[in-house]
Amino acid sequence: MELLAYAVIGGILYGIFFTLVGLGLNLLFGVMRIINLAHGQFIVLGGYLAWTISDRLGLNPLWSIPLSILCAIVIGWPLYRAVVPRLQRSDDPEMLSFILFFGIGQMLTAVTMLLFGADQRSLPEDALGSGSLGLFGQEFPDSWWWAAGVSLTALALLWLYFSRTRLGYATRAVMSERDEAIATGIDVRRVSTIAFVAGLALAGIAGAFVPYLLGSVSPDLGDGLTTTAFAIVIIGSLGNPLGTIVGGLVFGLGTMLMQTYYSSWSNVVPYALLLIIVLIRPSGLLGKAVRLA
Amino acid sequence: MPNSTSTQNVSAKPNRLRTSIILLVVLTAVFLVAPHLYANQSLVFTIMTFIVLAQGLNLLYGFTGYLPFGYVGFFGSGAYATSLLVLHTHLPVLACVAGGGLAAALIGVILGPLLRLSGAYFSIANLAASQILFFVVSNPDLADITGGPYGLKIEQVYDPTASYYCMLVVLLIACGLAAYFRSSGFGMALRAIKQDPVSAAMAGLNVVRHRLIAWLVSALIAGLAGGVYAWGISVFYPDAVFTLDFSVFAIVFALFGGVGTVIGPIVGASLLYILYSAIGISTPQYFQLIYGGLIVLLVLFLPGGLLSLLQRRGINVF
Repeated sequence: MELLAYAVIGGILYGIFFTLVGLGLNLLFGVMRIINLAHGQFIVLGGYLAWTISDRLGLNPLWSIPLSILCAIVIGWPLYRAVVPRLQRSDDPEMLSFILFFGIGQMLTAVTMLLFGADQRSLPEDALGSGSLGLFGQEFPDSWWWAAGVSLTALALLWLYFSRTRLGYATRAVMSERDEAIATGIDVRRVSTIAFVAGLALAGIAGAFVPYLLGSVSPDLGDGLTTTAFAIVIIGSLGNPLGTIVGGLVFGLGTMLMQTYYSSWSNVVPYALLLIIVLIRPSGLLGKAVRLA
Repeated sequence: MPNSTSTQNVSAKPNRLRTSIILLVVLTAVFLVAPHLYANQSLVFTIMTFIVLAQGLNLLYGFTGYLPFGYVGFFGSGAYATSLLVLHTHLPVLACVAGGGLAAALIGVILGPLLRLSGAYFSIANLAASQILFFVVSNPDLADITGGPYGLKIEQVYDPTASYYCMLVVLLIACGLAAYFRSSGFGMALRAIKQDPVSAAMAGLNVVRHRLIAWLVSALIAGLAGGVYAWGISVFYPDAVFTLDFSVFAIVFALFGGVGTVIGPIVGASLLYILYSAIGISTPQYFQLIYGGLIVLLVLFLPGGLLSLLQRRGINVF
């Protein structure tokens, strides 16, 4: 019973954090119908950003959150301009973006490796508070609560953006009916650029917590993170950013329960879930009926 | 000019048979002579492995449009099945290699439902499947059967020369199949389905069966390659035959040369693997940077690969 409670609460925290891991990928797909296969590599870059800030500059790793947003603008805006419009004019943007971002991912992995070396880097455990917070008698390190908190904040902000701002309305219009949105005079390019930058920023922010949740960050984590993010997004439902939380929770609970009871098989969880969901319900658990908040 | 092109195709048929035979003869000659000119036979062996993988991937991606990101899953299954057959039966090695190919095709049958998915979903689900195979094979709980993380040893049948020639045979089979796909009605049907599945189905083509055959043939080729590769290196860890790099290299090599053609993957794999062995083995990051950039440039500017440069000039590429 103790074990079960630990696995369930841990799974929920873990799952909420992994929602943040998948969120950016889902946003990009929802708005632009492109698949950012370099998502995991951007997360790893975020991890290294946090490591640099904490290890080299001696600052709190949470400073990497505003810096991630800044970097996302600096990298994301020109990257968007360079590749996305060109992709969207091609006849199969989904597949071509898949291959293209795979190439970008490979380049990013190589660059990370050349800049930081192949070593695993971890962050000081007490940087986000040294204690551990309990719930129902189960204790988890403060960093896990921080990760879950930041993830929920990001979700809430995204929800506010979608439901309270003009640009958010426009974004939802583009998501549900792209051609009609163009016809009604919505500035699709502007909406897409913002979504692209936001997607990269979310990946970078998620990266700051990867050293805590996964123990360390290293350049070769990228591909695994991309597949995990993809699994979460597909379980939730591709193209519906707020639905990512369903995928995150299913993934988090599944992983934690497996780790508790059959630990040697726990790394199969995201892949098995992905395969099962994709074969049984390709539209994801939420399906098309609840497209958006 | 629709008429002239169709007559060209009809008259091209016997030519294509001749071209295929010439190609296979040239390949045989090159790889029979290569080990005598170049001392590092294992490098040539690896180049052949990658040509086979790129060609096998081309059979699926080039002709049906399904990009198998988990292609290495078939390769690894072939390697493991072959090694397990060598360890537990007294069959001759060649039969074990054939068994490896069949095992990969069997995995292909099990994963057949993946073909219901389209585009990126298929690719990522296939990747997930290959990761599951890897985790199952390398799981310490199954160490008694698969050797778990410690891998397998079949050094009792180690024979670099025989495995080299066996890989050459697999290479010829793969290229022969690609030539068949390129010139036969079956290959034409596949390309029709790739362009417009609905119209192709209305024209009376069995879409599911055609795709499934291409998928299984592609799996079989990777399984055979995996089996011979295992025989050639004879001691391996699960990471060595299930590393995502095999999928990645096969995709990059095939795309670089040009998919949907017979010589594209051969050219792509040979050129890029030689580049890789020149700069990649000591500092793989630089090579990774280069091929990552290559993919980006190919998708943006040259989706048809290197050979499309010739095709644009009106040269008919086989």
